[in-house]
Amino acid sequence: MTSSAAQEIVGRGNNDGATLFRQWFEALNETAATDGQAAYVFVMGSMAEILRVFDLPMVFPEINSLQTAVRRVAHEYLNQAEDYGYSPDICGYVKADVAVQLSGGKHPMGQIPKPAIAVLTNACNTYIKWAEIWERMYHVPIFTLDVPGTRAAGTQTWPGDRDFENDRAYVAAQIKELISACERVTGKKFDIDRLREVMRHANTMNRGWKRVLELNRTRPSLFNAVTDGTIYLGVVNAFRGTPEGAKYFDELVEEMEYKAAHGIGTLTDEKYRLIFVGVPCYPIFRRFNELFTEWGGTFVNSTYLWFAAGGSNQGFQYDLARPLESLAEGVLISVRDAMDSMFYQDQALAAMIDPFSVDGVVYHPIKSCRTVSTGLADNRRALMASRDIASLFIESDMMDRRVVSEAQLKNRTDAFFEGLASRRMR
Amino acid sequence: MSYAAGVDVGSTQTKAVIIDEDRRIVGRALIDTGAHVVTAAEKAFAEALQHGGLQEPEVEYVIGTGYGRYRVTFGNTQVTEISCHGRGAVHMFPGTRTVVDMGGQDTKAIRVSPTGEILDFCMNDKCAAGTGRFLGAASAALDIPLGELGEVALRSERPVRISTTCTVFAESEVLSWLGKGKKIEDILLGVHQSIAARSIGLLRRVGIEEEVTFTGGVARNVGMIEALNRGLGLKVNVSEESHYMGAVGAALFALDHIRASRAPVDGGAAAAEAIV
Repeated sequence: MTSSAAQEIVGRGNNDGATLFRQWFEALNETAATDGQAAYVFVMGSMAEILRVFDLPMVFPEINSLQTAVRRVAHEYLNQAEDYGYSPDICGYVKADVAVQLSGGKHPMGQIPKPAIAVLTNACNTYIKWAEIWERMYHVPIFTLDVPGTRAAGTQTWPGDRDFENDRAYVAAQIKELISACERVTGKKFDIDRLREVMRHANTMNRGWKRVLELNRTRPSLFNAVTDGTIYLGVVNAFRGTPEGAKYFDELVEEMEYKAAHGIGTLTDEKYRLIFVGVPCYPIFRRFNELFTEWGGTFVNSTYLWFAAGGSNQGFQYDLARPLESLAEGVLISVRDAMDSMFYQDQALAAMIDPFSVDGVVYHPIKSCRTVSTGLADNRRALMASRDIASLFIESDMMDRRVVSEAQLKNRTDAFFEGLASRRMR
Repeated sequence: MSYAAGVDVGSTQTKAVIIDEDRRIVGRALIDTGAHVVTAAEKAFAEALQHGGLQEPEVEYVIGTGYGRYRVTFGNTQVTEISCHGRGAVHMFPGTRTVVDMGGQDTKAIRVSPTGEILDFCMNDKCAAGTGRFLGAASAALDIPLGELGEVALRSERPVRISTTCTVFAESEVLSWLGKGKKIEDILLGVHQSIAARSIGLLRRVGIEEEVTFTGGVARNVGMIEALNRGLGLKVNVSEESHYMGAVGAALFALDHIRASRAPVDGGAAAAEAIV
């Protein structure tokens, strides 16, 4: 490949991801401007495959909220929601979204359309109460897809197991109810061939996402799972089941394979390979990452890229010959994996330490999301009991800069790297 | 003879220690940090030089530590106080495997290897509960000098139970117990036990392995030593130098660096190089 081709391919994922994201928000603006219908969904089980069949634009309030933090205006939204009466202790994503809704959809990226329907899973316990807020505000139907989860670490059931088949039938029945609900909301008839088409694009994306994550075993690592990875993750969610999303991931795989073949890493001097566990610190997103890169540390993987992708990192491939049955199976396996990535990630982390040549694991519990944070201390203990691996436990928040102390984060991070340096001398 | 120095700029006080090539402390100083961090570091270092009868050029390498470590503008490099307290504690008490460092606004639990390498650590998060500041609040509420709190607390026979973990609310709870007619020593022991319980919680998170060494400014408080001993069911190591332990550790890293520059094959020196 020529050097001009290399210039074209390296960094394409970040550039194209940013472009797609802008286009997606522009489309939402257009929907809002024309008072069009939209579905409010969540990253862990968006049910994009069904909603796209009905041409329902998807709004991800979680993404809207984190965008306010990245753009450093989250505090304005949080204050508005707290002034309205929401407790400082509850989820920052919820509060920022409430403020967006109270402001008539006004958001730093433009205008967010109102919901015609809200679809959620039980992957996050806050989703249910969050959707009830929209139900009260807009008098729209909310649809809860109850996905049976893993009962304990390492006890997943699989196709062919009696329990799994029962669970699949349970999910399949709910998907049929969702289809009926969408037909009522949109007045459109369900089209199974359109579903196959959407699922085909989702297959390409799932396959690509899994491959991209695997390719980061390469030394030096090809992308930073916290910074670059979050861009890819945005496309996973916003463009799931679309030709643009499928093309993006085909090209992202091509970029990563090219970088791997040519030894092009994300850091010029990679010294430490880390895994990130939790949700990023969006209020100081770039600075947070610099606390690690300044020491030559890079994140080769992140549980965020698993659970916030709804488990699509598993690369599940739908069987287009039996779409509804296969969709139920895929949703069950993927959303279950998203939940496991939050609650039982220690075994998955232990398994990837060697193949990813991991030097340390960074746990980042956040104050305003206990769902993802509560078990992290126990998981860390379990990991350290099973493997001789360095780990860092630092707390901040994904939204609220009032509980983000950069000086404290830096102190702990510096000490962590001093420890890593000592370990390396052992 | 070459000398190495460590300057620990803490939230409340700044400590400077100078050691010789045999790791003996030859000069030290302790001053209030105040609002001018750079000046505090310079002043502490100057006083340590004076205490040791040394001139600045005789000190070959200086390491800054503590929250103000990047403000030690005359220093050669920086190391966190977490690494420095671990290193200093193992130097003073070679059997140390766990360190509890209680400072003005931080309490740290540190697990160390026999060579002083940090294996794990844990600190109070975004809140001064369980730190020296809590004692400061009690001192203000009871109008008893900070340095006398421990001795007064040890007179207690029936300590009260301090339920708040918030330093800001500590004062009002102390006043509330006074209003109920409780003895000052009983209130104070309750305060000490409350802080000790918070610190022991941090220690449990990293795993308590004997010997446990108590460092930081609060290690001068006999009441806190006793509260920790009782809470842990063991006797913590406390040195005359406990307050200076971060600066001692920094000076030891600085000495490693001097040696590394002379003999790069030295394993310990290479370890220091890896860190700094």
